[in-house]
Amino acid sequence: MGPSRQEDISDFTAEAGVLAGTVTGPARTLRGDALRRLKKNKLALAGLAWIIIVILIAVTADLWAPFWLGDPIEIDSSTMTERTLLSPSLDHPFGTDKLGRDVASRVVYGARVSLIVGVLAVAIMVVIGLLLGAIAAYYGGVWDALIMRTADVFFAFPYILFAIVLIALLGKGFQNVFIAIGILGWPSIARVFRSSILSVKSNEYVDAARAMGASTRRILIRHIMPNSVAPIIVYGTMSVGGAILAEAALSFLGMGVQPPSPSWGLMLSEARSFMLSAPWLMIYPGIAILTTVLAFVLLGDGLRDALDVKLKE
Amino acid sequence: MAALLQVEGLKKHFPVSQGVLLSRLGKSVKAVDDVSFTVDEGETLGLVGESGCGKSTTGRCINRLLEPTAGAIHFAGADVGKLRTKQLKAYRRDVQFIFQDPYASLNPRMTFGEIMSEPLAIHGVGTRKERQERCKEMLEIVGLSPEHIHRYPHEFSGGQRQRVGIARALMLRPKMIVCDEPVSALDVSIQAQIINLLEDLQKEFGLTYLFIAHDLAVIRHICDRVAVMYLGKIVELGGWREVYNSPNHPYSQSLLSAAPVPDPEKQHQRTRIILHGDVPSPIDPPSGCRFHTRCPIAQLPICKDEEPPLRQVASGHRAACHFAKPFPIPPDLSCYVAPLGDV
Repeated sequence: MGPSRQEDISDFTAEAGVLAGTVTGPARTLRGDALRRLKKNKLALAGLAWIIIVILIAVTADLWAPFWLGDPIEIDSSTMTERTLLSPSLDHPFGTDKLGRDVASRVVYGARVSLIVGVLAVAIMVVIGLLLGAIAAYYGGVWDALIMRTADVFFAFPYILFAIVLIALLGKGFQNVFIAIGILGWPSIARVFRSSILSVKSNEYVDAARAMGASTRRILIRHIMPNSVAPIIVYGTMSVGGAILAEAALSFLGMGVQPPSPSWGLMLSEARSFMLSAPWLMIYPGIAILTTVLAFVLLGDGLRDALDVKLKE
Repeated sequence: MAALLQVEGLKKHFPVSQGVLLSRLGKSVKAVDDVSFTVDEGETLGLVGESGCGKSTTGRCINRLLEPTAGAIHFAGADVGKLRTKQLKAYRRDVQFIFQDPYASLNPRMTFGEIMSEPLAIHGVGTRKERQERCKEMLEIVGLSPEHIHRYPHEFSGGQRQRVGIARALMLRPKMIVCDEPVSALDVSIQAQIINLLEDLQKEFGLTYLFIAHDLAVIRHICDRVAVMYLGKIVELGGWREVYNSPNHPYSQSLLSAAPVPDPEKQHQRTRIILHGDVPSPIDPPSGCRFHTRCPIAQLPICKDEEPPLRQVASGHRAACHFAKPFPIPPDLSCYVAPLGDV
């Protein structure tokens, strides 16, 4: 009975051989592809370049800033009066503040504070968020409801207000700033990761792995994790910018990094009273915050496109 | 021939939860409700029915991707429901799965080589190098090029991906493959290629298929026997020629009459049995015969009160209808059956 049943469609099978040869060219890797896509995104590259510059400045600051620009913290009381509120010049490219400190030097050291707070706060929120998000998605039921409703409660409070309350409880200080920002940031990470796992879990390739006898561990490591962390990388990168902004806001309100430490937010706060008479006090830290936050957001945006395997140019 | 797979009284009910705060009301979606059939070694059994009739759920229960609510599944004499982790793994080696959607069933972050060698790695077959070799061989068998081993799924078309899905199912040399609508997501011309490939592979490797589909033409082409499902139950079961030539259940009759005829003139003229209304909810299936609410020949009260058993209507041909009788093939439908009837 074979031949006649075959007849009506046998014409098409010739195409199979043709199809087999349609994809040519050298083998590519996912990472290579992602990098290629990232390289095409000029804005993301600009962001990445700026982040690298800021990191270099922050890391090497001790080697040149104090000698070239002046100490960012110490006040030389003997010459203070003649050096206060100088407008930008060759000696002080960004001018000086009311205590005679070099603004450029403070902006350079402020990068340290911002980067450390940004990275550590995001690290804290990612660790908490990944853990709770994974538990919520994996165990579901009561755990899911409990964790996600707690996240909702966190979302319901105004962010800065909540941070101020936390810092009031923890006490002022540098480390409490990033701890507070990190603790407040986990709900969004948990939400993103949970939904990411849930959507990956329902994919047929997870069923396929189970159908061929894969262990739960293998399914988690080989199939669910690699496909659900991409949004976290993107979101985490963007969150660094958010955390830097939060630190600046808290410092501006006097709840963050305490004087005399150089922090961009704190510098803005100090510059407030001289907004019209000495605008450089405000402009340069403002530009620093703007460009650094923007750089992280642009890079995150570029990564989102680059990490999407389905997106073809 | 001995039955390789034996399914008896299979039930799968999904509880319906009524929100977080309200307690469950004990209702459930009866996706599969008391289904029994056997699949002989080397044959292809087609499971056909419209969306939501429980055919995919049946397939998933057989592989224990879903735990059956009740019923027994025997594979080569072993009770599948009682298998523990280790035995289940061994069982899954023998019974592989081909999925419907080639875009969702391949992990986008793995190369074809990684995808195909994964079953071997899971079951500890061969060294890394041997696995690679077998992947290359298998790519050739399914009509792709061995060089594609380092490629990612997104670089390929649906038909090519489905070939990899098939290759993956074949890597462990299984005895049986559950094909869950393997061609319904593909273009018609590609469907033909894949169906032919499946047929060739069946001959080459002596495979047994449980073939789930809603396309009657596909079923007719590949299957030896056909089971028609409606609302979680098998309503008719028999050799494909018997079911297609003389459907005994009114649902099979209407299903067949709805299939398009490859001749526009005849397609225009033919009589169709049109069912009215929608498929009833599987949460509260109709009493008695589940089809009685839409059946053109239903007679009250028997159809409403009494559930018809799946009874023999001819040798190897069973139908679950109180009034099962051979459906006279109208001349306008004969073109659909005739070229095959004389084989």
